[in-house]
Amino acid sequence: MPDFDTVTPLPPAAKGDFSAMFRALLLPHRIVMLAIALAGLSAMVLMMNWSWLPAYLPKLGEGLLMTLYMLVGSVVMGFLLALPLALAQVSGPAPLRWLALSFCTVIRGTPLLLQLWLFYFGLGSLFAQFPEIRGTWLWPYLRQPWPYGLIALTVSFAAYQGEVMRGAFAGVPNGELEAARAFGMSRFKVFHRVWFPRAVHRALPTLAGEIILQLKSTPLVATITVTDLYAVITRVRQATLLTYEPLLFLVAVYICLSAVLILALRWLENRVPTGH
Amino acid sequence: MDQPAIEIRDLHKSFGDLEVLKGVSLTAHPGDVVAVIGGSGSGKSTMLRCINMLELPSSGEIAIQGEAYGLHPARGGGLEPIDPKQVQRIRAQLGMVFQNFNLWPHRTVLGNVIEVPIQVLGVPRDKAIARARQVLARVGLAEKEDVYPSFMSGGQQQRCAIARVLAVDPLAMLFDEPTSALDPELVGEVLSVIRDLAQEKRTMILVTHEMAFARDVASHVIYLRDGLIEEQGPPEQIFGAPQSAHLRQFISSVV
Ligand SMILES: Nc1ncnc2c1ncn2[C@@H]1O[C@H](COP(=O)(O)OP(=O)(O)O)[C@@H](O)[C@H]1O
Ligand SMILES: [Mg+2]
Repeated sequence: MPDFDTVTPLPPAAKGDFSAMFRALLLPHRIVMLAIALAGLSAMVLMMNWSWLPAYLPKLGEGLLMTLYMLVGSVVMGFLLALPLALAQVSGPAPLRWLALSFCTVIRGTPLLLQLWLFYFGLGSLFAQFPEIRGTWLWPYLRQPWPYGLIALTVSFAAYQGEVMRGAFAGVPNGELEAARAFGMSRFKVFHRVWFPRAVHRALPTLAGEIILQLKSTPLVATITVTDLYAVITRVRQATLLTYEPLLFLVAVYICLSAVLILALRWLENRVPTGH
Repeated sequence: MDQPAIEIRDLHKSFGDLEVLKGVSLTAHPGDVVAVIGGSGSGKSTMLRCINMLELPSSGEIAIQGEAYGLHPARGGGLEPIDPKQVQRIRAQLGMVFQNFNLWPHRTVLGNVIEVPIQVLGVPRDKAIARARQVLARVGLAEKEDVYPSFMSGGQQQRCAIARVLAVDPLAMLFDEPTSALDPELVGEVLSVIRDLAQEKRTMILVTHEMAFARDVASHVIYLRDGLIEEQGPPEQIFGAPQSAHLRQFISSVV
């Protein structure tokens, strides 16, 4: 065996090293910022009126569940829908490509609020006119508002994510796909083993941002009478005549959700260090 | 009769109006090491890529171990495979090493090497891993199996790419300028692996700019110019007593 002079690569940077993260928090300017945040928080807790909170906790929990349900449902289904939308644009025949492109452009070019209302008032009242639909097992669901919220959010996420995935698919270096083909992989295998995982990994950094945008869109479903967290808070405000406390509570919950999402996706991203 | 491992008959290939290959024929018997040399743009890569149908020939015939690719005229002109399954089956018996390595960056070194045996050849995972460890040891990467390609030097990546080919134990190996993308100090480690394989009598077609290496390991040298084989023969003859003026000029320009 020839004696190679091996180049020792740098070890991958220790990611998710918590003691390092903790030490980074102890820099002087960060200590000052932490102190200010703590002071603000204790002022809020001590000086504001939170007596309503215990009584409304169950309702708030239900609202949070509905928000999460809207978010997770629309992200998962929207992502699944985004794949064919992206693939049609990258490698589909001309009519399909055109169709997918128009769909993404129209959805991304119109307000989500409008789509929500069109689905709810348009589709909803359309369905109600057909006895065939009213007779099926679906009707108990379709007469509630949340399916329309979920559909609108899903369609919107699919259109945005379809655009992201289109770029991600197109950006996978051709040589990697060619290598897969050269070794006898079928078209499906090339997709399943190389093209798709590579594209998802490339799209992950933007996915976190897209999901957070989606989280911030969910309160719109309150306009079609879905009782998400925002709708519950609105009711609290009407019932207690408090202005700031319920809103601050809402802010805190959304910030926590965003933070969890960011950390989870960063963890996912770091599991495969491709280095570029 | 000794069945040729690779046989190309009168291969033509055009890209639009540009005729890149103008009738190339070549026979490589088992154990042959065929070096392909020639200026850039002479069609070397195109010829190599036709052998595993990464490029579809415009006309001509290619047979691997006696089995010719079934091709029929395509609608847009040129040829296309009658049965993609046949192409996949033949490809799985050929191993290609690319100039830019083309490793799969989302898989570790071991993951790259076991990928084709498991996914294409249906080898059980434990067998594939055992075999992968053997070939990784051969190319000097035994310690690196859990490393992702982007954390390795170019020379290590190319040796990993060679291991990926060895893992399928191919009928023939196709090398397309395997050292051209490497820093000069890393060329040696890759060439020494290829030299080992050549001495082992593995069938290979090697497109290269490393003339000294070609002279050393090749059993047969082909000089391609403008889509035609201008001269071919044993390395002593091609490098020692070149006939064509172009070849003489090419050799002196490269050395
Ligand atoms: N996919 C392609 N489309 C159009 N022209 C191509 C393509 N691939 C190669 N060519 C052209 O074919 C010629 C030969 O290319 P190539 O086989 O890569 O040469 P070599 O490997 O000998 O440098 C070049 O002029 C190149 O520009
Ligand atoms: Mg080339």
